[in-house]
Formats: sequence, C-alpha cells, structure tokens
Amino acid sequence: MDLVQLQRQLVDYKTSLYNEGFLDEQFTQLQELQDENNPDFVVEVVSLFFEDSERLLNELTKALEQQSVDFKRVDAHVHQLKGSSSSIGAQRVQKVCIAFRNYCEEQNIEGCVKCLQQVRHEYSLVKTKLESMFQLQQQILSAGGSIPM
Amino acid sequence: MGMAAESQFHVLAVDDSIIERKLIERLLKTSSYQVTTVDSGTKALEFLGLHQDETINPNTPSVSPNNHQEVEVNLVITDYCMPGMTGYDLLKKVKESSSLRNIPVVIMSSENVPSKITRCLEEGAEEFLLKPVRLSDLNKLRPHMLRTKLRDHNQKQEKQEEKTAFQSPKQQKIEQNLQQQQQQCNTNKRGHR
Repeated sequence: MDLVQLQRQLVDYKTSLYNEGFLDEQFTQLQELQDENNPDFVVEVVSLFFEDSERLLNELTKALEQQSVDFKRVDAHVHQLKGSSSSIGAQRVQKVCIAFRNYCEEQNIEGCVKCLQQVRHEYSLVKTKLESMFQLQQQILSAGGSIPM
Repeated sequence: MGMAAESQFHVLAVDDSIIERKLIERLLKTSSYQVTTVDSGTKALEFLGLHQDETINPNTPSVSPNNHQEVEVNLVITDYCMPGMTGYDLLKKVKESSSLRNIPVVIMSSENVPSKITRCLEEGAEEFLLKPVRLSDLNKLRPHMLRTKLRDHNQKQEKQEEKTAFQSPKQQKIEQNLQQQQQQCNTNKRGHR
C-alpha cells in the first residue's frame, strides 16, 4: 500500500472511531497538545491509560468477588476509571462507568457484575482500535510520511 | 530591587491519577508555566514547606517569616476527589496558613455539583474547573497569579519604606546588608537548580 493510501486509510479509520463513539472531542484535544517537542505525547498518555485501566479492572473483579461486596470501594475504582477514560476521550468506556456508578449507589450486585463485563468489553475494543491506529501511524511515519490530523 | 526576572510562573499541580498529572503538566507547559506535579495533598504541603505543626524549621535562615517556602509557587491547582486529603482539605490548609494563604488555589473536578463548587469558592478557591480541563480553561489562571505577584511585591515595598522611615542611618545600613545577603542566598539557590 502506498503512502497516500495509508494516509487515507488512517483518516477514514479515525473518522469511524469518532462516528462510532469510541473517541470524542477530548481525544482531539490530546492530539493538539502533541508537537515536535513532545511527539509521543498521545501514545504516552494512552499507554498510561491502558496500564491504569487494567489495574482498575482487576481491582474491580476482586472487589465484586468478595462475600460481602464493599460498594464504596467498587465505586471508588469506577470513579477513577470514569475519570481517566473521560480524560483521554474514550467515550464508550466512560458511558458504561456512569451506569456502573448508579448500580453501586443502588448496591445492586447483578447490575455491577453486568457493568463490569460491559466495561471490560468496551475497554478491550477501544484498546484494539487505538493500537491499530497507532500502528497505522507508525507505518506512515516509517514510509517517510506525516500524520494527517 | 533585585527581583530576578521570573518571566515564568510556577504552578504546583496535585492529582492522584497519573494520567491526569501527565495531562495537566502538558497543558500547563503548553501555556508556558513551570510545573511541579505531586500525587497527594500531603506531598503538596510538604513541597510548599508547610510543616504539620507550622513551627519554623531551625535550619532555615529566619530573616523574614515569608521565607518558609524553599521554592516559590505562584498557584496551586488540585483535583477535588483524592484519597486521604481531598482537594478541599488542601485548600483549607493553604488558606489557614499564614505563610501560604496568599497563594491562589484552583480546584478541578469531574463532577458538576453546585454545593461543592460553592463550598470551594467560599473557602477561598479562585476558580473551579470542570474536568477534562482544556487549554482555554488555563487562560483563567494568569490574572490570579499576576495579581498575587503584584500585591506581594507592593506589600514588600511598603514594608521596606515603613521600616526605613523610622530607622537611623546605621540601622538602614544593617538592613541593607541583610537584604543583600538574603538576595545572594536566593540567587545561589536558583543557580543550583
């Protein structure tokens, strides 16, 4: 695939991520903070998000497996995940977190377990998509091209 | 005069989330501020030089009570929701401290709760920003830092003028020497960074 085609593919891919609600305006803000002096800013923040989210998902799993669930603790973790997903523009993850917090408030175990499944799913989707996008960007850069914003 | 030409303001950012810290740091640096980030209110107070019981550290040259801080901080921006000491607790401690109360404090929160916002503003926060924070939000910070810096500078000038008005020439000379020494001390500190 030649450079122009790769660049076209990237633009289309990004557009679809926004259209499907995987990413929102906040992700655009992140990109605008990247420049020649901080060329890896977006990848760095997103990587931190991946690490942090995985930690939180594990904590959530453990917390919901307890005999007596500590909903305050569960809520605290979801609050963190909601915050970080919002900060990088991972809209679908953020939305599930909002529903998740409601179940925590209601102390609804079933609702919480369902939400955990959903949030894991959304997280894994957005992770795959972002990784594909970064790969595409890398291909373009390696071919000597620039990233269309 | 001797005030070093600090064209950059120094902001202390407090947030327990590593992602938020990275983001706020980039936002602040893009706005040409010097930034230090810490992950808790306790660390923020340590950085600001506030000891738990507000006693003067016997090791610091106690020329004037305004020199508690090792490093000058022109604004504190803090997350509201943090484990242990919340942003609100931190705000209170700063405003209750005689050495720190003039530092403008800005609160950030992902939750738009009017009662929370009012509480913070009543306690002395200059601004309450909703997360995710944007570059445009940070434009609101500069006026607070400028105003504080001007006020501090004017206060120092006034104090000095008051003092010299009632001093004998000999006392004035001693005072001058002390000031020069202190400035030298500050310049050396800066040079070591």
